[in-house]
Amino acid sequence: LHLGLVALQRTIIYDLAFHIPLGKEDRSIRKKSESKSGSSGTAKTARRAARETGPRQLSLVEMSEKRSGLAAKKPDVAGPVPISDAGDPGAAEFHSAAEAAEGPRSTVRRETAESMGARQREISVSEFFTKNRHLLGFDNPQKALLNAIKEAVDNSLDACEEAGILPTLKIEIQQLAEDRFRIAVEDNGPGIMKAQVPKIFGKLLYGSKFHTLKQARGQQGIGISAAGMYGLLTTGKSVVVISRPGEGKLAHYYEIQIDTRKNAPQIIMDEVREWSQPHGTRVEIELVGTYKKGRHSVDDYVRQTAIANPHCEIFYSFPGREAIQHFPRASAQLPPASREIKPHPYGVELGALIKMMKETRGRNLSASLQHDFSRVSARVAGEICRAAQLRPSANPHAIAVNEAERLYKAINSVKIMSPPTNCLSPIGEEQIVAGLKKEMPASFFTAITRTPSVYRGNPFQIEVGMAYGGSLAGDELVDLLRFANRVPLQYQQSACAITKAVLSIDWRGYGLSMAKGALPTGPMALFVHIASVWVPFTSESKEAIAAYPEIMKELRLALQDCGRRLGMHIRAHRREAEEEKKKSYIERYIPHIGIALREILGFPEKVEMELVTTLREVLERSRTA
Amino acid sequence: MPKKKTPEKHTPNSAEKDVLGAIKSAALDIEKKILARKKPTMKFPVRSLSNVKYQPERGFFEIAGQKKERTLTVNTVKTFAQTLRMIALSKDLVENDDIATKREAYYVSKNWEDARFSEQPESDTVMDDVEAFFSINREQLGFIPEEKGGDVAGRLTVLDKDRDTGKVLRIDCTRFGTGAYSIPISVEHLRFETGARFILVIETAGMFQRLVKHNYWKKADCILISMGGVPTRACRRFIRRLADFQKIPVYVFVDGDPYGITNIYRTLKVGSGNAAHLNEFFCVPQATFLGITPQDIVDYKLPTHPLKDVDIKRARDAIKNDPFIRHHKPWINAMEQLLRMGVRAEQQALAKHGLNYVIDRYLPEKLRHPERFLP
Repeated sequence: LHLGLVALQRTIIYDLAFHIPLGKEDRSIRKKSESKSGSSGTAKTARRAARETGPRQLSLVEMSEKRSGLAAKKPDVAGPVPISDAGDPGAAEFHSAAEAAEGPRSTVRRETAESMGARQREISVSEFFTKNRHLLGFDNPQKALLNAIKEAVDNSLDACEEAGILPTLKIEIQQLAEDRFRIAVEDNGPGIMKAQVPKIFGKLLYGSKFHTLKQARGQQGIGISAAGMYGLLTTGKSVVVISRPGEGKLAHYYEIQIDTRKNAPQIIMDEVREWSQPHGTRVEIELVGTYKKGRHSVDDYVRQTAIANPHCEIFYSFPGREAIQHFPRASAQLPPASREIKPHPYGVELGALIKMMKETRGRNLSASLQHDFSRVSARVAGEICRAAQLRPSANPHAIAVNEAERLYKAINSVKIMSPPTNCLSPIGEEQIVAGLKKEMPASFFTAITRTPSVYRGNPFQIEVGMAYGGSLAGDELVDLLRFANRVPLQYQQSACAITKAVLSIDWRGYGLSMAKGALPTGPMALFVHIASVWVPFTSESKEAIAAYPEIMKELRLALQDCGRRLGMHIRAHRREAEEEKKKSYIERYIPHIGIALREILGFPEKVEMELVTTLREVLERSRTA
Repeated sequence: MPKKKTPEKHTPNSAEKDVLGAIKSAALDIEKKILARKKPTMKFPVRSLSNVKYQPERGFFEIAGQKKERTLTVNTVKTFAQTLRMIALSKDLVENDDIATKREAYYVSKNWEDARFSEQPESDTVMDDVEAFFSINREQLGFIPEEKGGDVAGRLTVLDKDRDTGKVLRIDCTRFGTGAYSIPISVEHLRFETGARFILVIETAGMFQRLVKHNYWKKADCILISMGGVPTRACRRFIRRLADFQKIPVYVFVDGDPYGITNIYRTLKVGSGNAAHLNEFFCVPQATFLGITPQDIVDYKLPTHPLKDVDIKRARDAIKNDPFIRHHKPWINAMEQLLRMGVRAEQQALAKHGLNYVIDRYLPEKLRHPERFLP
């Protein structure tokens, strides 16, 4: 999804690193640039907006801060910015990023500051992504088709689950020309309020999920509008949305385009229409794409989605097939609703900590810690303050940089209870097995849901499912299905922590064969799911999970647990087969001993029968003994 | 089952009676065990180079005591049944004075329903087992190899028998012109007349052809035998009987490489690990190594090829594990010399000095000093 953010963020880090050693001068430089570009005001507006609740516009700064977990190794991104310069560190970042994105600067001096300044202006988010659509995963036609569908399906499922509705989805791909498709995703969800529709589908970085620490498929609010933008860019066609927010209410039909300059929706058509769905939303996007079969295909995505979401029913129609493919619901049980949590102190970074302290509503340091973080009691807050040598009654708004650093170190030295894990909504062992049984023609199924664990203050939970035997292909590599918050991960398999964990286990001990450095071989599908309030993707594109030690450990434990069950199953199966084989051996070959002895010794047939019977008895006795 | 076409019953000779007796008593043993409600067993000598002893005074690889016992269990029931059926086939062949090649025996098994062999190597292994079990060679059991025994030319008359008339056939090996007498698969009944001074055993058919064409046997007063690679049992047995019969020396002329030395020459002289239970009959202890020796490569400035990896492995393995090579210091030295030089030379390499250099110079010079031949 969100490659652009990290790219942006890298520019920011680089820029800051360049400015930091300058100290006081640094400040003046920044002030100049602020006044010139006038971006300070923009950022302030963005921040004001950020304090509102519900779906809303995000600021780029927020984006990059939230994603900064990825750059954990980069030291103190925001740290050295003096707290007294309370102004807007974000403004500088925004400006730098905008500048960096504008293009290469000439090394030959031909321009003056004035002439250059005249051309410098703000870049809208949408403009940026228009130019860099590859950053959003729309870099090749096959991926574009997949991603557009994926974003729409993510949104639909999230909405249904939030509203407590068992989702029924229609996914349609209609081929209009060689490389032109019309995709449609329709759900029976809660629908969208009329006023929100244009913003959700026609404005980048607008959503409800970004500002919450909560397990959800979507995270940032770029996806569906970016898909729409991609469609508009490649075909010039508007995004079509029909939504009815409830029975007895009106269904609204929209045709929306995105104004990339303003990052704002343009409503081309808005009318009330007849619609058969009592409630729900339908999105249609026309785009340039490629429809292919295989590992990275939409077909595979839909199948895997059906496995990981057994409570979901899907009707899927795709090119080259007349009939609609039906993925029935395997379970009428909705996953438990995931809950929003406050950040855990262990997961916060220094820059974020400083910002939280500045913006806190707590009256004093102790209260702020208790109010803004999870698992910080009065006692823990006191311990942190003591370790940081700060007064619990200090004013958090006035915290100095060195004090913040002490606070940061103190937090990590104090023992704090793990974050609450009831915010997670795992699929569950039964449901995984149900999902696998539905789609895999195997003979043995098992699944395990680990108890939740924590990496960097973020709760997460690992689940592993297995389908073995039956008519699955036995001489191929194991089919590894990776999921993050129930969303299939189809790209970058080898970079993913899940793959690394699978490879780190010796599956030969569990009865599978395994070549060095390769996935095990056998008639098996391996289902691995990580549920987390914040899934740590390795990169830009939400395709592979980062190998945090805690995550690797949980993955390995879950895989080994399932592996042991598999091993037992395989061994029991082999024993049975062995018994069966031996029995048939006796039946098949004993008569030949009789025939041979009779040919050599020439005794009558009666003796032969007697020999065969006796020998069979002797062998069968020894077999059972 | 191959049945003899002629109606009259074949009367077995004494050797055949022995074989039939052995087969019957083995079968009776098994029958008795079964009726006593015990699991029948069969004992086989272990057939490998690790289970042979080399005794120079006896002159061949002898089987050391190791035996493997095959008890009839659910796991061995298939092989056990196949072994017994193979023995029954053998009995039928001997009784009817018939023969079956390994390949034919494999096809006969196709009648055995579930006990049939799916590939020939399976049936060959079972046949080797049967042979080892009775400690008699498979020709006596009625099984014959596919390959022919070798070619003979020179001062020798072979006395064979006409099957139909029973009359003695005199085969004069000087009268084949540029052709040769072909050693039959079974040689036990042959007798010989010869005045030759020695037998020259040659690895390649090409070299044999050259010596025959130029009537070398006339010049050197000898018998020429071509082995065509590793000598077959019949070829070894033929040379052995001939050499024993007339008490004439056997000189071996093969390629100067580890294969020629350890596989061809060593098998001819002392037998193989796989047929250790039979080597007593299928070896030629009086054979000595004329050439090409590693020293010949130096002395005759022969063109060479570098040793291949398999050659090096074979040579090292021989120095380390082959009881025959290990027993003879000159052989160890020769193998080490070969490894040091890192090259090999073929018999044909002598052609460098002229096509008939081998006849005019090499062989006469070598034959002047048989005492220098490698053991």
